[in-house]
Amino acid sequence: MRVLSLAARRLAASLPTLLIILAGMFLLLQLAPGDTVDALIAQMGGGGDAAMAEELRRFYGLDLSIPAQLGNYLWRLIRFDLGFSAIYGKPVATVIFERLPATLALMTAALSFAFFVGLVLGVIAAKRVNGWPDTVISTLGLIFYATPSFWFGLMAIVFFSVHLQWLPAGGFEDVAAGLTGFARIRDIAAHLVLPTLTLGLIFLAIYLRIMRASMLEVLTLDFVRTARAKGLDETRVMLRHVLRNAMLPMVTLIGLQAGTMLGGSVVVESVFSLPGLGRLAYEAVVQRDLNTLLGIVFISALLVIFVNFLVDLLYARLDPRIGTGGAP
Amino acid sequence: MDMNRRALLLTSAALAANVVAPEAAFAQEQPRRGGIMTVHFPTEQRILNPSLQASTGVYIVGGKIQEPLVDLDAAGNPAPCLAESWEATPDGKTITFKLRQGVTWHDGRPFTSADVQFTAMEMWKKILNYGTTLQLFLDAVDTPDAHTAVFRYSRPMPLNLLLRAIPDLGYISAKHVYEGTDIRQNPANTAPMGTGPFRFVQYERGQFIIADRNPNYWRNNLPYLDRVVWRVVTDRSAAAAQMESGQLLFSPFSALSIADFTRLGRDPRFEVTTRGNEGNARTNTLEFNFRNPVLADIRVRRAIAHALDIPFFIENFLGPFAKVGTGPIPTTSPDFYPANMPQYPFNRAQANRLLDEAGHRRGAGGVRFNLRLNPAPWGEDIALWSTFIQQSLNEVGIRVEIVRLDAAGFLRTVYNDWNFDLATGWHQYRNDPAVSTTVWYRSGQPRGAPWTNQWGWTDEETDRVIDAAATELDSARRKALYADFVRRANTELPLWMPIEQIFVSVINRRLRNHSNTPRWASSSWHDLWLAS
Repeated sequence: MRVLSLAARRLAASLPTLLIILAGMFLLLQLAPGDTVDALIAQMGGGGDAAMAEELRRFYGLDLSIPAQLGNYLWRLIRFDLGFSAIYGKPVATVIFERLPATLALMTAALSFAFFVGLVLGVIAAKRVNGWPDTVISTLGLIFYATPSFWFGLMAIVFFSVHLQWLPAGGFEDVAAGLTGFARIRDIAAHLVLPTLTLGLIFLAIYLRIMRASMLEVLTLDFVRTARAKGLDETRVMLRHVLRNAMLPMVTLIGLQAGTMLGGSVVVESVFSLPGLGRLAYEAVVQRDLNTLLGIVFISALLVIFVNFLVDLLYARLDPRIGTGGAP
Repeated sequence: MDMNRRALLLTSAALAANVVAPEAAFAQEQPRRGGIMTVHFPTEQRILNPSLQASTGVYIVGGKIQEPLVDLDAAGNPAPCLAESWEATPDGKTITFKLRQGVTWHDGRPFTSADVQFTAMEMWKKILNYGTTLQLFLDAVDTPDAHTAVFRYSRPMPLNLLLRAIPDLGYISAKHVYEGTDIRQNPANTAPMGTGPFRFVQYERGQFIIADRNPNYWRNNLPYLDRVVWRVVTDRSAAAAQMESGQLLFSPFSALSIADFTRLGRDPRFEVTTRGNEGNARTNTLEFNFRNPVLADIRVRRAIAHALDIPFFIENFLGPFAKVGTGPIPTTSPDFYPANMPQYPFNRAQANRLLDEAGHRRGAGGVRFNLRLNPAPWGEDIALWSTFIQQSLNEVGIRVEIVRLDAAGFLRTVYNDWNFDLATGWHQYRNDPAVSTTVWYRSGQPRGAPWTNQWGWTDEETDRVIDAAATELDSARRKALYADFVRRANTELPLWMPIEQIFVSVINRRLRNHSNTPRWASSSWHDLWLAS
């Protein structure tokens, strides 16, 4: 019950922020030259006459003044109506929910990969600080962090798909084969291996650095000395005392990065031809499709609020001194 | 033993024949039924119905599902499709199409003249881009019987113009699907229904479109393929990798990078060609804004044209798929192409002399004046070309600032706000200058109409020739009028079209019967098959 009331309060506190983000986004896109009809005519390649353009503007509701358009949008939003997508000719909610599975699958896979591998490597590096494992791991982390993800992705495709032919070069699943059930899941997993690695490696580098620094800091604290003085063996000290306390910054980071990843990654999605939210958002900007763009912002914001809420709960679990934010 | 040796000899003979004359070997091949064709689909479209939107992005999908009245044959001549024959009255105001009998829609209903009437009046005349202009003077379509459609025009319509335009602008939609609905919102726009060799199955946004073999297709026992899958791949390099891994078999309309054309062109698994796209010629433009008094001076425009070394640019940046252009009508259009028109060969001294004469002396740092150049965001060639313009003009003392915008921003800024000095993009030539070429020169275009005369330039002589040619019924006189048009355009130079290109296809060599008409990528692929 306490968790529920906390959730409700969190959501209420986020509402003004959400409103400002949506209105700001709306106004920012007004500053870009051209509207969705211009984008449509660009797709047609010409031959549209003036009457047709005018009719299309009426059709998309662009003949109204900007405050009226914004007012309409917010009024629809209050009734949980995200509007109609100009690009796809379908309700925005449908368009976004079509994309969510791919986005969530990629995000969960990449984030878990980055988190766990980053954690393990960070611990190893901290244990052997300034030794050769530390140097190797830190250098690798730096390389992953500094390499642009599109290059990583393309090189992975060239090596694993074109030369070795082990993994598919792109897409979410093999549509031509018409697989079902377990075979389909396996097929989707095979398609997600390379994008997960590409997206995960960059985040891995960050997790690894944070984990290493955090471990080193905790290792110098008094309670670690006490634990050792009690005669606990090294593994137990590491796992129960150091690791648990060193995890706090990692959890903070995962909360922040989940937000980034939920917005999707335009680059990775484009290189691997995945139907994620990032590419949808990019397309919405290029096509000046306000409803779709604002819809994505809205859904992503809700998801971020939700993830941060989970992180807060996790905090309380890791460190009992931090309450769930209730009465003191 | 003897038998075996004989068989061996025969096999090696066949192998040798294959090496010596692969084309001949293909000709004898028995078409194989079945197989899945996978196609690169780089940009998702809002509409897949080609009776409502005329663009290559729509034809590549909708052109396999719906069919036009008339298509083009291998030689580029009009060939029967849904219409079996046609004739025009001597005054050019009535054109009669006899329709094919026994054709059914994918839902089993018969195709009749009522469908033609509905599509022409409600879609071509009211919604279809280029169609609205082409059919401006279409008064009515009469349907004396179920297989005759009579087009009545209030002004003469040259039959040749109509026949060249309708392979692209003559796709038919089913009346019973659209009648009484809001055509723009009809669900069939993204789930098209037609008479073509493939039936629409599924469209997953951002991923793929699937169409399956139509078992009741009117061309008996066709198509050969079981299924066509269009895969949405927005990244050029990723698409090239998918061609190499075999996930894609065909990438149409110059959708890969120029470097990949060269690389894959050397790979024996692929054919990289402009064949099959001759009907889709385009020219690179250099557009001048006459509201800038500097550019309103013809000497400055000519100087700019003389300052550009086109053969050098093509050889070093575009490769074998481009050639020097000579004006608005490309060489791929022999029916209209005029030879010996005024040209502006590269001559830097001449450019400097013209600029001096125009009174633009070099100032500090050798700069005469500054210009803004807006390049269109489609096509790698345009980006390269705009940088080349910038550097070439710098050599003659004109400093150019490049302003890059996305598609919507470019169209609005250049064609509606007129906020540019120079602009560059593509002019698409659609088989007859009256379809999409003369609008670049004819005055009186409504403000904001892209790819039309928005330069602030008006020329009575040009307008007169364009209008006369549009309704001229005699082919020879029409050709002569268009020669006058090009001569005037190249003399006055309101814009310059110095490069000519045809779209490039990248094709896996397993495909057979491909690229066999001038608009093959857009066509129905009823005879396409896939070798094992």
